[in-house]
Amino acid sequence: MRVPMSWLRELVPLPAEDSGRAVAERLVRAGLEVETVERTGDVEGPLVIGRVVDFVEETASNGKTIRWCQVDTGGSQARGIVCGALNFAVGDHVVVALPGATLPGGFQITARKTYGHVSDGMICSVRELGIGDEHDGILVLSDAPDVGADAVAFLGLGDEVLDIAVTADRGYCLSMRGVARETATAYGVEWSDPAGLVVPTAEGGGWPVSVEDPLGCDAFVARTVSGVDPARATPAWLAQRLLAAGMRPISVVVDVTNYVMLELGQPIHGYDRDRLRGAIVVRRAAAGEELKTLDGAVRSLSAEDLVIADDSGPIGVAGVMGGASTEVSETTTAVVVEAAHFDSVAVARSARRHKLPSEASRRFERGVDPWLPERAAQRVVELLVELAGGTDEPGQTAVQARQPAPVIALDPEYVTRRTGLEVEPAAVRRRLEQVGCAVADDWTVTPPSWRPDLVDPADLVEEVIRLVGYDKVPSLLPRTVPGRGLSAEQRRRRTVGIALAAAGYVEVLNYPFIGEHDLDALSIPADDERRRLVRLTNPLSAEQPAFRTTLLPGLLAAAVRNVGRGLGDVALFELGAVAVARPDAPAAPRLGVERRPTAEELAALEAALPHQARHVGVLVAGERQPSGWWGGGRPAGWGDAIEAAHAVAAAAGCPLEVRQGEQAPWHPGRCAELVVAGRVVGHAGELHPRVAEAFRLPAGAAVLELDLDAIPLPDSPTAAPEVSTFPLAAQDVALVVSADVPSGQVEAALREGAGDLLESVRLFDVYDGQQVGEGKRSLAFALRFRAPDRTLTAEEVTAARDAAIAEAGRRTGARLRD
Amino acid sequence: MSASYDPKLAAALGPAALQAAVDAALAQITDAGDLEALKAARLAHASDRSPLALANREIGTLPPAAKADAGKRVGEARRAVNDALARRQAELEAERDAHVLAEERVDVTLPWPHTPRGARHPLTSLMERIADLFVAMGYEVADGPEVETEWANFDALNMGPDHPARSMQDTFFVDPPEAGLVLRTHTSPVQARTLLERKPPVYVVCPGRVFRTDELDATHTPVFHQVEGLVVDEGITMAHLKGTLDHFAAAMFGAGVVTRLRPSYFPFTEPSAELDLLCFVCRGASVGDASRPCRTCSSEGWIEWGGCGMVNPRVLIACGIDPERYSGFAFGVGVERALMFRHGAKDMRDMVEGDVRFSLPFGLEV
Repeated sequence: MRVPMSWLRELVPLPAEDSGRAVAERLVRAGLEVETVERTGDVEGPLVIGRVVDFVEETASNGKTIRWCQVDTGGSQARGIVCGALNFAVGDHVVVALPGATLPGGFQITARKTYGHVSDGMICSVRELGIGDEHDGILVLSDAPDVGADAVAFLGLGDEVLDIAVTADRGYCLSMRGVARETATAYGVEWSDPAGLVVPTAEGGGWPVSVEDPLGCDAFVARTVSGVDPARATPAWLAQRLLAAGMRPISVVVDVTNYVMLELGQPIHGYDRDRLRGAIVVRRAAAGEELKTLDGAVRSLSAEDLVIADDSGPIGVAGVMGGASTEVSETTTAVVVEAAHFDSVAVARSARRHKLPSEASRRFERGVDPWLPERAAQRVVELLVELAGGTDEPGQTAVQARQPAPVIALDPEYVTRRTGLEVEPAAVRRRLEQVGCAVADDWTVTPPSWRPDLVDPADLVEEVIRLVGYDKVPSLLPRTVPGRGLSAEQRRRRTVGIALAAAGYVEVLNYPFIGEHDLDALSIPADDERRRLVRLTNPLSAEQPAFRTTLLPGLLAAAVRNVGRGLGDVALFELGAVAVARPDAPAAPRLGVERRPTAEELAALEAALPHQARHVGVLVAGERQPSGWWGGGRPAGWGDAIEAAHAVAAAAGCPLEVRQGEQAPWHPGRCAELVVAGRVVGHAGELHPRVAEAFRLPAGAAVLELDLDAIPLPDSPTAAPEVSTFPLAAQDVALVVSADVPSGQVEAALREGAGDLLESVRLFDVYDGQQVGEGKRSLAFALRFRAPDRTLTAEEVTAARDAAIAEAGRRTGARLRD
Repeated sequence: MSASYDPKLAAALGPAALQAAVDAALAQITDAGDLEALKAARLAHASDRSPLALANREIGTLPPAAKADAGKRVGEARRAVNDALARRQAELEAERDAHVLAEERVDVTLPWPHTPRGARHPLTSLMERIADLFVAMGYEVADGPEVETEWANFDALNMGPDHPARSMQDTFFVDPPEAGLVLRTHTSPVQARTLLERKPPVYVVCPGRVFRTDELDATHTPVFHQVEGLVVDEGITMAHLKGTLDHFAAAMFGAGVVTRLRPSYFPFTEPSAELDLLCFVCRGASVGDASRPCRTCSSEGWIEWGGCGMVNPRVLIACGIDPERYSGFAFGVGVERALMFRHGAKDMRDMVEGDVRFSLPFGLEV
């Protein structure tokens, strides 16, 4: 809501010395979010009214169409001015900045050569004048002030405008009336209510109206004004206020209806009486009905839409937008004025359904004062009579089915209990009355008609305390209860992040959106779980319309971005959520809120959610260890990704088993399956060369992705080992195995066979030369034996070693190398 | 031992001869310029065949009365030589070491980047820091899913299906809309989850990622982070909310920070407030002073950090908690904004693009 200070001052006697900013400060403390305080039209130098005498349209060399205009600005001859806008005609009155003028933002106007002409000034748009945001064309004045007159005074420039972001609970502040009320309360002064006018009693006999849906429309007032002169110009003061409030003047009838909406907050619709066909009916649309709205679009109506209709069918979506067939035009001389009160839910749904947020729907959604329609209609009639030469037709139609005002039982002590600030009951009463509530002796509170948001005692507490001042509330720390610290899972997430960062990886937080294209790029097969996308109805981009099922597309994009910026050696990690759709998930039930859901209802909610898990992803490309003055570096490879997996597992306190695996997008021969407690939790290894190439990453780029949530948390604390101080017995064994036997299997067999005396096993050499035979290789392991309670004898060590070799032979066919 | 026995004095044991042997030894030891020369000196003067060793052997031939005297003299002489040898040995070794180590000197400013540096994202570190602050006060950390039910994200928070705030939220809806799922628009659904899972007293914070359909620019990102706080206990008032936020702000931004609660509207809190901080840069001086514009607060004097309020009793009812007995407060602050305020980060795009140059300077902590 844009509030011109000059208009506000007319309604509230404010101290002359208080600037817009000072007023804004008070309103902010009372809970209105004043976003900006703008000065409109900080113009210096000559700004005058001009009239377009003639123009020629020319196409400039850059393809743009411009108009070379002759404009009468009151001098002896017309000025030549180049204008890029096309929204005016010969004879139109416009605002011209002459050379020497400075427009808002310090824009200096000079006579300058442009598009092959010397442009002797500039024809201004609303935005250039700093009185609005509109920039669709220049400002065309619909009334006819004298050519050459000072436009600064005419436009009322130099005012201040408060721009207020109105929250959903304060619909009444989408009007001067509401803001004036708050301002008067903030200053503790009396104000003049523009709705406080005398309304003749409804005597009937107006345009016939039938409300068939009294729940959707509990008040409908129709008045008729005839004899309107459609050519009458909107007076400058009214046009100025519309402009300052961000609306463009159109015609006197439309301008008056918009003005009253801004003034009182009551949306008004005017119908051309001569185009109405029979009685106005308020009803729900029938399925299949259509309506061409004012914006020219043809809307298919839903049976839920509340519509205004006549014998011809729907002529408007109630509270949202009127129809084209009965629109007030430049030939309209008789107007049926509608001021009605529509159900906020009906309006909100229609506005959303037809994607038609309008000034009217914005107000109805938040709640319009149901007391207003007669008064607003009266105000429109008076203005049309005064400004458009109209005649107030006798008779008015007022259909009403108003609900009784709700009451709230308030314990005045509740204010103190909720805020911690001692507020006397008398003060509570006074503040509520300032808000407009009626407070009975028994503390039954009736909120004012314009505050449909006040329904609970807690709502009244806010009203009281915002007027007392939030700054009066003391600052105290609560006495908390003892907590248990971070959960094991939360600690593990941190430790994993620290471990990877300490291992040289940089954390990234990618957007979690992907598309089929990303999965195709990774050659992920059609039946893969990662294809079970949770799609969005309104994604940021059509290419990435789903929540990620894998971290890899994000990591690859981040890597590509870094490489593109010249950071070729990348090592990244991410720890974040993925979501996998459940194929047969039921829809989430629409539960009520008047009680705690039952266990079954809660289970139904959870069942509707996709499977969500926290994954760890790692990408490494380029040189893992750089080359330099010491010699060559080491390129990143499959082993780095597996090492990162070990770092994660170690941080998670879990032994990790690595098996040969195969999974897209990994290199089929260089992919490790990561197994914890018998369950595959992820994969690591080199990217498939085609994938690396497609992303232009260096060959050998390696990735890891594992499901951290799939790694079980230790269910008991790690048992502390006893450290033996007896001597170590070391034995090296070289075993020849078939080349396709994974070393991990041989190592596991050695471990198993060696028994309890084994302290550690380490593979220290791999040899696959001629000597070991075709299709074979030799694996050399260092075995270390130690007993907890004695020095081992040579016989014991040999026996353990032989047992280890025997087990390896049994499981993998390994034999001792000659 | 007979005093009358006149011993035959062995020439080698004479004081003069001993002195001459010692002098010769000391001279050669002193002259030894390196360890090789000293080795030769040791062979000449301290080996078994050296004059002093021979003299020592002579003692055995002396009559008993003379033995003690000669033994003492020879002992002193040998000790002098051995001491000199040891001293010189130490000197020469030190010289050799100094020489060799000097030759082994390297340029330690040469780079040795064999273990690359990593870093955590500063938003992660900042969220952990905030969590730690509250954990230290006794709070626990709660988690919730990013794909959330509409019920938890809206309905349970007093935002019914037609509530205007529901469309204001710029929500990402999961397809099809009948599924009743959204990407959570705030961390507040964790309030409902927490209250359904735990019994009061409840003291929790929830750091997490949230989603709104904004376009990415310097000050907006459609994917961002919040930290939610929720307290439900007996006797909780708005004063406790204020005290907690004051403590929080001071811990994050320093003791000089000034907070302001400004009345606002959230369906799930009543009363509701915006949490503002006095601008760190201009401290309000830029307000209305066109000559000193402040980019940080757009010359508004205050910067908005988050929203807060007293938990709406309707939220408690929807979660099965007796609003007559319990009351509570909740707050939610933006983590990206905290990073901007606390660390001077200028552009939100840097936080989402994953350029390693943004995160590396933060290392493992913020």
